[in-house]
Parts: sequence; C-alpha cells; structure tokens
Amino acid sequence: MAFTFAAFCYMLSLVLCAALIFFAIWHIIAFDELRTDFKSPIDQCNPVHARERLRNIERICFLLRKVRGTAPRGRRKGKADRGPELVLPEYSIHSLFCIMFLCAQEWLTLGLNVPLLFYHFWRYFHCPADSSELAYDPPAVMNADTLSYCQKEAWCKLAFYLLSFFYYLYCMIYTLVSS
Amino acid sequence: MSAPAESPHPAASARIPPKLGGAAASGAAAPAGPGPAPHQQNGPAQSQMQVPSGYGLHPQNYIAPSGHYPQGPGKMTSLPLDSQCGDYYSGLYTVPTQNVVTPNTASQQPGAQHMYGRAPPAPHIVGSAPGSFQGAASSTSHLHTSASQLYSPFVNHYSSPAMYSANSSVASQGFPSTCGHYAMSTVSNAAYPSVSYPSLPAGDPYGQQMFTSQNAPTVRPVRDNSFSGHSTAISHPSPLPPPPSHQYHQQQSLSGCSTLSWSASGLSSTQDNLIRNHTGSLATANSNPTNTVADSLSCPVMQNVKPLKSSPVVSTVLPGASRRTPPAADRPAEPLASVTQPSELLQQKGVDSSSTTSSASPMPNSYDALEGGSYPDMLSSSASSPAPDPAPEPDPAPAPSAPQPSKMAKPFGYGYPTLQPGYQNATAPLNSGVPPSSPGYSGFQPYAQYPGMNQLSSSLGGLSLQSSPQPESLRPVDLTQERNILPTTPVWAPVPNLNVDLKKLNCSPDSFRCTLTNIPQTQALLNKAKLPLGLLLHPFRDLTQLPVITSNTIVRCRSCRTYINPFVSFIDQRRWKCNLCYRVNDVPEEFMYNPLTRSYGEPHKRPEVQNSTVEFIASSDYMLRPPQPAVYLFVLDVSHNAVEAGYLTILCQSLLENLDKLPGDSRTRIGFMTFDSTIHFYNLQEGLSQPQMLIVSDIDDVFLPTPDSLLVNLYESKELIKDLLNALPSMFTNTRETHSALGPALQAAFKLMSPTGGRVSVFQTQLPSLGAGLLQSREDPNQRSSTKVVQHLGPATDFYKKLALDCSGQQTAVDLFLLSSQYSDLASLACVSKYSAGCIYYYPSFHYTHNPSQAEKLQKDLKRYLTRKIGFEAVMRIRCTKGLSMHTFHGNFFVRSTDLLSLANINPDAGFAVQLSIEENLTDTSLVCFQTALLYTSSKGERRIRVHTLCLPVVSSLADVYAGVDVQAAICLLANMAVDRSISSSLSDARDALVNAVVDSLSAYGSTVSNLQHSALVAPNSLKLFPLYVLALLKQKAFRTGTSTRLDDRVYAMCQIKCQPLVHLMKMIHPNLYRIDRLTDEGAIHVNDRVVPQPPLQKLSAEKLTREGAFLMDCGSVFYIWIGKSCDNNFIEDVLGYPNFASIPQKMTYLPELDTLSSERARSFITWLRDNRPLSPVLHVVKDESPAKTEFFQHLIEDRTEAAFSYYEFLLHIQQQICK
Repeated sequence: MAFTFAAFCYMLSLVLCAALIFFAIWHIIAFDELRTDFKSPIDQCNPVHARERLRNIERICFLLRKVRGTAPRGRRKGKADRGPELVLPEYSIHSLFCIMFLCAQEWLTLGLNVPLLFYHFWRYFHCPADSSELAYDPPAVMNADTLSYCQKEAWCKLAFYLLSFFYYLYCMIYTLVSS
Repeated sequence: MSAPAESPHPAASARIPPKLGGAAASGAAAPAGPGPAPHQQNGPAQSQMQVPSGYGLHPQNYIAPSGHYPQGPGKMTSLPLDSQCGDYYSGLYTVPTQNVVTPNTASQQPGAQHMYGRAPPAPHIVGSAPGSFQGAASSTSHLHTSASQLYSPFVNHYSSPAMYSANSSVASQGFPSTCGHYAMSTVSNAAYPSVSYPSLPAGDPYGQQMFTSQNAPTVRPVRDNSFSGHSTAISHPSPLPPPPSHQYHQQQSLSGCSTLSWSASGLSSTQDNLIRNHTGSLATANSNPTNTVADSLSCPVMQNVKPLKSSPVVSTVLPGASRRTPPAADRPAEPLASVTQPSELLQQKGVDSSSTTSSASPMPNSYDALEGGSYPDMLSSSASSPAPDPAPEPDPAPAPSAPQPSKMAKPFGYGYPTLQPGYQNATAPLNSGVPPSSPGYSGFQPYAQYPGMNQLSSSLGGLSLQSSPQPESLRPVDLTQERNILPTTPVWAPVPNLNVDLKKLNCSPDSFRCTLTNIPQTQALLNKAKLPLGLLLHPFRDLTQLPVITSNTIVRCRSCRTYINPFVSFIDQRRWKCNLCYRVNDVPEEFMYNPLTRSYGEPHKRPEVQNSTVEFIASSDYMLRPPQPAVYLFVLDVSHNAVEAGYLTILCQSLLENLDKLPGDSRTRIGFMTFDSTIHFYNLQEGLSQPQMLIVSDIDDVFLPTPDSLLVNLYESKELIKDLLNALPSMFTNTRETHSALGPALQAAFKLMSPTGGRVSVFQTQLPSLGAGLLQSREDPNQRSSTKVVQHLGPATDFYKKLALDCSGQQTAVDLFLLSSQYSDLASLACVSKYSAGCIYYYPSFHYTHNPSQAEKLQKDLKRYLTRKIGFEAVMRIRCTKGLSMHTFHGNFFVRSTDLLSLANINPDAGFAVQLSIEENLTDTSLVCFQTALLYTSSKGERRIRVHTLCLPVVSSLADVYAGVDVQAAICLLANMAVDRSISSSLSDARDALVNAVVDSLSAYGSTVSNLQHSALVAPNSLKLFPLYVLALLKQKAFRTGTSTRLDDRVYAMCQIKCQPLVHLMKMIHPNLYRIDRLTDEGAIHVNDRVVPQPPLQKLSAEKLTREGAFLMDCGSVFYIWIGKSCDNNFIEDVLGYPNFASIPQKMTYLPELDTLSSERARSFITWLRDNRPLSPVLHVVKDESPAKTEFFQHLIEDRTEAAFSYYEFLLHIQQQICK
C-alpha cells in the first residue's frame, strides 16, 4: 500500500484516457458526418447547401488540424472562432503518457503504448497533403478510401483507449494495493 | 391522307410486295382495300410514318393487317393457324401486321410479350371467329377509351404550340428535307388531338396525314390503310365495322387496343371498311405531298429518319425517323413536355436504323417495328426471358380477351422478334394490302431486314450478355516476337460483350468508358487480374445529337435517385425496377403517355428509356435560387513582365472578336481587373463616357471600391467594354512595376464573384511576389535532368487551395492561363483551378513576337475558350450498381460527398476518371450499370441534367476479364493514379508502380495460360499494347527522368493527365505518326465534301523514318512535320512551297495553301486531325538535322534514349521481372 509515482501516473492516465476516448468518439462522429450526405440532387444543387457542406467539411478538417492558428492573414478573420484543434492535443496527451510511464519504469505499459506513439509520429510528419498544415485535407478527405481509412483509424483508437482505460484502472489498483 | 398514298401506289405498285411487308405492319390491311399496289407503295412510307408517329400508329397498321387478313382469306386462315409464332414469321405478312399491333399493345400492357404471342393467334382467331374478335375489340376499345382520355390531355399538350414547335424544330434541324414533313406533321399533330380524342372522322384524316407525312409516299398508302385499319379496329370494339375515320382516331389513341380490335374487325367484316379506310387514307396520303417529298428526299435510311421527323406528331415523327427506338424514346419522353431531340440524334438514329435495316424504304417501318420489338424485349427481359416468350406467346395470347388483344398486338410485332414485328409490320401491310400471302411475304421479309430483327430478338430473348469470349481479344501474343505490335489503324474502344440490343442502347465510349468492359464478379477475381478498374468520363463533351427532354416529372428511383434509363426493367406497365439498387418503382402516370406517338402505356418507348445519353430540362424543383447568369471576370497581369510578353494585345483582340459569341443570355455580365503590385478595377457602369479605372493599393486587406459597377451587363455596357479592350494593351506599355500581387487580386476576384458565381479567367506571367500567396522559386535548374528525386511537385502553400475551396463554395471557377518564360511554380498556382473545377493553360516561353507559334496557339485556344459551351453551378453524381463502389476521383473538382463532385463550372473539354472497387460479390446479376448525372445551369439560365448510362456485363472467369480490357482506358486511369502517387509519394514510386502494373498483369495472365513457355512474354491480344503505352507514359514529360524537364512543364503535363478526356490524353501519351509524302486516296474518307486521306499509323521509332520521306506526328497539342534530308523535292515544292530541302526555313509553322494535289491532301488531312481538338495544335515543320529535331525525336518512344529503355529492352526488363 503505497502511493508511488507509478500509481500517480496511472491515476493521471485514467483521467486523460477518458479525454482520449472523447477525442476518438468525436473523430468517429466527425467522419460519419462527412460520410452521410443528402441524396437529393435538389439539395445538392443548392448553392446554400453547397456552401454549408463545404464549411462543414472545412470545419471538421480544421478541427483535425495538426497545428493551431496559421490561418492566412486577413482572409479568415471572421472565421477565427473555429474552436480548438483536436489532433495535436490527442497526440501530446498520448506522448505524455509514454513519457510518464518511461519515468515510472512501467515497461510493460510503455511497450503497449509505443506502437501507437510511433504511429502518431508517422501520421504527424507524413500527412496526406504535401506541405499542408492540415492532417486532413478537405479536397482529399472525401475520397472514399481516405474516409474509410480515417474511420477505421478512429474506431481502432477508440477500442485501444477503452482497453487501456481498464488496463490503467487495473494497474492503478494493483500498484496501490501491492506495496 | 389516303389519297396521297394512293397516288404513290401506282408508282410503287411494283415495290408493293416488299413495301407492303414493311407497310403491312402499319396499315397493311387498309392498303388491301384501296388497292394492294398503292398500298404497298404507301406501305413502306407508312410503316416509317407509323413508327415515328408512334405506337398508336403501329397498332393501326396492325389493324390494317387484320383487315388484310380478311381480304386474303387464305391469309386470314393462315393467320389463325399461324397463331403459332413461327407461322407468323413465316407468314410475315400476317405476323408482321400483328407484330406491329403488338408493339402498341405491348407498350400499353405490361405483360405485352405474352400477350403478343397470344395476340397473333387471337387475331387469327378473330378472323376465323368474328365474335371472338369483337370481344377482343371491345376490350381493346375499353383500353382505347381509357387511353384516349389520357391522350386527350396529352393531345392538348401536343397541340400546344411549344410542343409542336419544339418537335418541328428538332425535325428541321435533323432533316432539312423533313422540314416539310415536320410542317405536315405539326399540322397533323394539331389534327391529332381531335383524332385521338374522339374517333371522329375528321380526326382520322389528321391522323392519316400524320402518318402519311411520316411514312414515305409509298408507305403512306399502307399507313393510311393501317390507320384506317386501326381506326376500324378501334371503332370495331363496339361496332365492328365503324367508319374508317373513326377507326383511325381510335387507333391512334388506342393503338395497342385497336390492334386487337383490328384483327377482330378485319376478320369480321371490317376488312371492307378497312379497305375503304385505306383508300381514304391513301387519298390523304396523296394529300401529303410533303411526306412524299420527304421520302423522296431522304434515302431509304434517310427516309426513315425523315418520316420520323415528319411524323405528324413531331415527337413521333422524329423518333420514327431516328430509328424507332430513338424516336420512341423521344416520343415517350414527355407526354406533356416536348421532346426535342437534336436533329442530329435523329439522323444518327436514322442512319443506324438504316444500317441495321439495310435498305429499302420499308425499312423505316421495320425500324418502328423494331423499336416496338425492342420494347417488348425489354419488357420481357424484365419480366422474364424475352426470347422464349415470343414464340410461346402466340398460343397463350388467345385466351385473354382485352389484354390479349393488346398482347396479341405486341406478339404480332414483337412476339417473335420484337424487331421483326416492325419489319413484319412493314411487310404485313403489304400483305394486308396484297392478300397474296406467300409471295408478298417473301418479298417483304427481305425488306424487313429480318437479320436485324432476328438479332434483336435473339439478343432480347437471350439476354445472354455473356456470350463466348471474343477469341480475338484473348489470342495470346508473344510480345517479344511480334515486331509490329502497333496496328496501322487507330485503336478503337472495345465494345462490351452485350446483346445487340443493349449494345445499341449503350453509352458512346467517347463519353463513358470503363477500363474493363467485362466487370469481374468479385474483388478477388479483380485482384487476380491485377488490372485497374475504373471509369473515364467526358460528360459534357460537345454532342452533335442529344435528346433533350422537358417533363414535369423526371422519373427516378425512389431510393437511390437513379434516373430512368434504357437498362431498367419494366416489370409491368406500371412498375419498373431500378437497375442500380433493384428497387421496384411505380411508373408515374405522366410517363405512361408518349406524346410523340400519342400512345399510352408504353413507358419503355419514351426517349429516356431509348437513349443512354439524355438531357433533362430540370424543373424548378432542382433549383433553390434562380439560375445564375453567365458571369465572366478577367483578371490580368499587367506587370512589366506581362507587358513585355505582349499577351494583352492577343487577349483583347480575341475578346473583341468573340464578345458577341460569349455564351450567355441577356443577363450576361462581364468585368475586368488588372494587377501588378496594386489592383486595378474598372468601372464600366452604363452611362459613363469612358471606363473608369480604380486603383486599390492596400493589398493586405483588399476591398471592392464600387461593388455594384465592376461586373456589368455585357449588352448594356458593350461600348465601354470595347473601349476598355481597345485601350488596355497600350495602357501599361511604360510600366516599371515588376511585382505581381496575384494572391490579393484573386481574393478581390473572389469577393467580386461571391454573390453570383461564375468564371474567373486569370492571366499570369510570373511568380507571384507580393501579398498573400507569394511564392518563391523552388526549382533547381541543375536537377532538371536528375534521375533521382524530383521535388516540389506539390503546392508550396495552401493559400491557393483554400481560395479555390472558397470559390467552389461560391460556385466560382478559376481558369488559369500561365504565360511565362521562367519558373512560376505551377504546382502551387494550379491548385486554384484544380479545386474550383477550372482549367489550366500553360504557354511556356510565351512572347508575341519571339515565339509566334505560342502566340498563335494562345489566339486559337482563346477563341475556343471564349466560345465553347459552359455550365455553371454544376454538380456531378456518379452512381453504380449496388456492390460496386467508387473511391478515388481524378480531375478538377471538389469532392463534396463520397459520390458527388462539386463543379463550379463545367466545360466541354473536361475529363474525369473514377476508380472503382467491388465491395459485394456480383454473383446475382449479369449486368452492372453506371450512371453519371451532371446537373448544371446552362449559359441561357436553364437548369439542365445530362445523364449518361453505361451498361456492362459481369463475368466470372479470368479469361473473360482479360478479353474485355480496354487498354487505352486502363492506361489513362493508371496515368491519373501515377500523378497522384508522384505528388503524395515520389516520382520514382509512381514510375515503379507503372512498371509493376505491367509486370503484375502480364504475369497474372501468364499464370492463367498454363501451356505457355515460361521464356515467352505473352499477353492477350486485348493487352498487347499495354507495355508499349506504359513505356510511353514513362517517357512522357510528366514521368520521365534523366531527360531535362522543367518543373513547370512536368507539372503541366500532370495537370493535363488529370483533366484531359481520354481521346486527347491518348494522343499526348502515345502520339500518332503518319508518313505524308505519299498520301493517296486509298481508303480515304469523305468529310464535308473533302477527301481526307487515311495514311497508316507508323510505329514511333526512328527506324520508320526514312530520309526520303516526310512524316507527320500528331501529339495532341502539337503537330510535327519531319522532313527527311533526301525528301523528294516534288513534295517539298508542292506542299511546303520551297524548291528544295535546303531552302526550308528553320521555323515554319504552317503549310501554304498551294494548288497541288499533294498539298491539298496534306492540308485536308491535317485539318481533319485538328478538328474537334480543345487545344488547337501548333504545327512545327522540323527539318532533319535542325536543332528542333530533338523535340520531335523525344516522342519516338520505341527508341532507346540515354536515360530510358527502348521498347524491346523494356519488354526484356518486364520479362525479367516476371521471372523473378
């Protein structure tokens, strides 16, 4: 029965993991929203709808941006209230886990997280749009391949975070109970 | 009407038998009355007429046949006996007539096929037993009445001037000669209403007139007869022997029903009536001089066409003319709405029909019959097996009373041969006219063009889409042994292995192509074949003929929103089954009526169902704001660099010349902006004495100085615009401003265009150096010929992409003209067009005096650019059969949803590609269909939907998949994929992927052919050009390495690959080489009265270039004429206008117009090649040993270069890879 650094790490991870689950669910909803569309050509040909749709796609892609706030000068002043980007926080939270577990010398947990960490690094530095600040590129994201890939990615992450949530819970209790 | 028919009769009497065969269907019975001979003559014409006029007419004809039957007792008896289909055929006469009738009935009745089969017998029966006929007639009469009611509304529509006018206009367009007919037809149309509604005598005449007009003169009598017969039949229902006129009316309205009745009537006593009617009809026919004229004018085929056009109801006439199917389609298209088929379409149809039918004026009739037949087939196919039905049909038909008649009618026409019926009908009329069954029949049959019929019927019946694989396309070819792999004639798109019927209906490969014309059943099979699966689209291409349909309700599937198309199946008259999602939908009431034919209950004959490419005029349901006007904004670079290049003069000159030809209506608006380091707006508001220039120098926060007066109405401010265009070239001659603020100028343009949307044309001559979106030079000239990494193929900034997305949201497209002599980072600039559905033009090293060939090219391109069609605020949706799914799109657009492309503008030169995957096994279907629907606002402010539908068979064996490869489409799709790969990954990746595509597919094929030596490199015949084309791609500017290629050139080539339609792209990838110093007229074709020689294609290898020759290379956007050192001086003198080789100048870009045979041939050949190119090719005369020859020699892709394989080496390389 000892409140070790490892126990602290697991407790913090537990909380942050809930946030990650939220992010994953948000991703799933966002991609689903992108995928669903009205079949009616009447709606499709409506420029208002076109604009809304475009804005929607851009908004979602914007939320998935890698980097905050490099909006071109002037042009987007009125649209600055787009909300926070979600990709970078997610990646940084996950990286934080890994660092904490490294410090706590929880090798098994670290080992479980390293693959995802590397995936995040790859995703971050190898974004689909060349030289683009968007991890998700509006012109490309509607591509059925990209979209289904993104959806799969989001579902897998959700599963991973859920499992790790319970794993952290178990580990936290275990470290607390075991001296 | 009958009278005119009669007049022809005498002359045509000789023909009569055959014609009768043709005409018989239409009004054979009637002819019999007046006089067989005259009828016969009329017959052919009539048959044509009937076809065009509509099914209703046919039924009449049928009736007439019935009448004929009675006339010829023997025939009559035979008919009853014939109740068997086979007999009917044999007795084409009787059968044909029946068949004719059947089409009508068929259309009316869903289960027409069965009915048809039965119907023939029934008629026969009728003949034998009048009573039975009466019953049938009555039933039919009921139908008729109902139909007539419907018609009446329809008729009104028809009568509506608009309808007629449209039809007439169409007709006139299509067939000048027909015009007369049209007029006639229109008149008759007017008459029709009355006719159709009430079976009034007066109405009858009209109907007759109509018919006559439609039909050829000879035919006319027949038609008349048929009409009369029909009318009689109609009338018969209640009173067996009603007056002919009445009968006609009824017939028209109730053609199908009437047919039944006819048979009955004919059997009973109506024959006489019919005869009388015929005579009357004949007279009327005579009265229709125009018809006769039309017939005479038109060739057999032409006649058909014309008759169709001429057909009283324009729609009907047109359809008929265009080959029944097309006409039918037209007719059906909109009961209310007028179906205006471009005359061209009709013509084509006519031609087709002619070709199919063969010759003989009667043919038209047969066409009609064919159409009818085809419909039944369609029905049958949907319902069950079409072919089987026909044969059995006759027998079963008798039982049903009312339905039977209709059915019977169909059987007549169709039953057997849906197509045949038509033919039969034609013959039948004759028969009817000429009682002698056997002789007349025999003669008729040939005319009828049975072969065509049989094919159709067989195809219909079989529905056997998968026929045995084409042995030729599967013949293994040993690539390393075959020295001359390139055929000497152009490579055509493979024809999908469908039955004849569907083949005819299928979409033109110019608009819609699939890389595999046999779709594999499963994704596993596709993976095994290692071939790309995708579509290549050219949806908005300039069509010479296009059925335009105006309808209150556009019939679409309720669940997947597919537009009704030729490949849907009609379960019965009231329901159709979607061919993409298999949902069963109701046929709307409006769709049941075919305005062209004034017939009811033939939804399968409407133009939507007869043409795979149609255009709908969308109703207000399809717009949520008023259609936007045509708005054009020109954004011009006027920095020092631009003024130096001198493009302004050319642009302003072109604009001045084409200002009146800009597509648009009275609302058209136009505006101009210029920019260097500041942005200049031009106030052109009406009332100003001269254009007012407004300068905005705050490029960080651009604003519009006077938002209302910058885009002005073209017509109200024309003088000011002209003043401005005249002044512009000289306004900036002394500028010292070298900077270019393209980004802010585009932002301003976006603000200006936001309220309306439209087209922005940007002319840029250098790297943008100020304000948002400024770019740095990224090209390292030393890396141009690097074989390693080619960098900077992607954009340097997101600015242009985002701007393009904003523009796309506001329905604004940005077209980029880049005229620069230095690196301008096209990779970044192109984004502004790529995502806003614009187009990109690039003129490297442009200078108006130093580079005259580029200046000339710009001039010609501008002419095309300014005057070509344009569609605004467009969306394109591509649908495919359930189980297939689209994933990646290629082209210039923004993908708004997984199957919807947002196109701010659409132009006729834009091509698209789509990659497909097979998500569910297609085991339960034998056909897959693809449909693209392009919804756009025309420059006239009309909302239109252009729909293309492609139908392909599904196969389950690997061999069949290979047999159906469309190698050109596959190469174009691969090129598109390679461009994506080189941008997202690297150029070398893309090159490897291209090579792997060949290696994989050939090794996959090799493993399926077990008995081959492993050492040989074999490919199926369909794929034999695959390695050659891939090698050509690897040596293309976009993908080549090791040869010095400027980055902008490379990027431009990639842009072209992405957005060029297949036909133009193929020439870019693999140029055509011809030897032109020995052009002969052998195999020459005639185009517009010019003789165009057709020299054989040469392979792209220096071994083909002899020093004694002169060669023309067609690279799509460039022509090279290479003159050998020892070229014949006669050729040089005759064609080039110089005495000998040495005196030819180094830069020569045109051929002088010399009055010599060889010059004429060469020029007509080049002109022919130039026709229909979006980018006008520039001609370069290249002397052997001149410095320019490297440009020419780099296109000889079969030769070895320092950095790339020769073709043979490439094959060895592939072989090596396969053996690994």
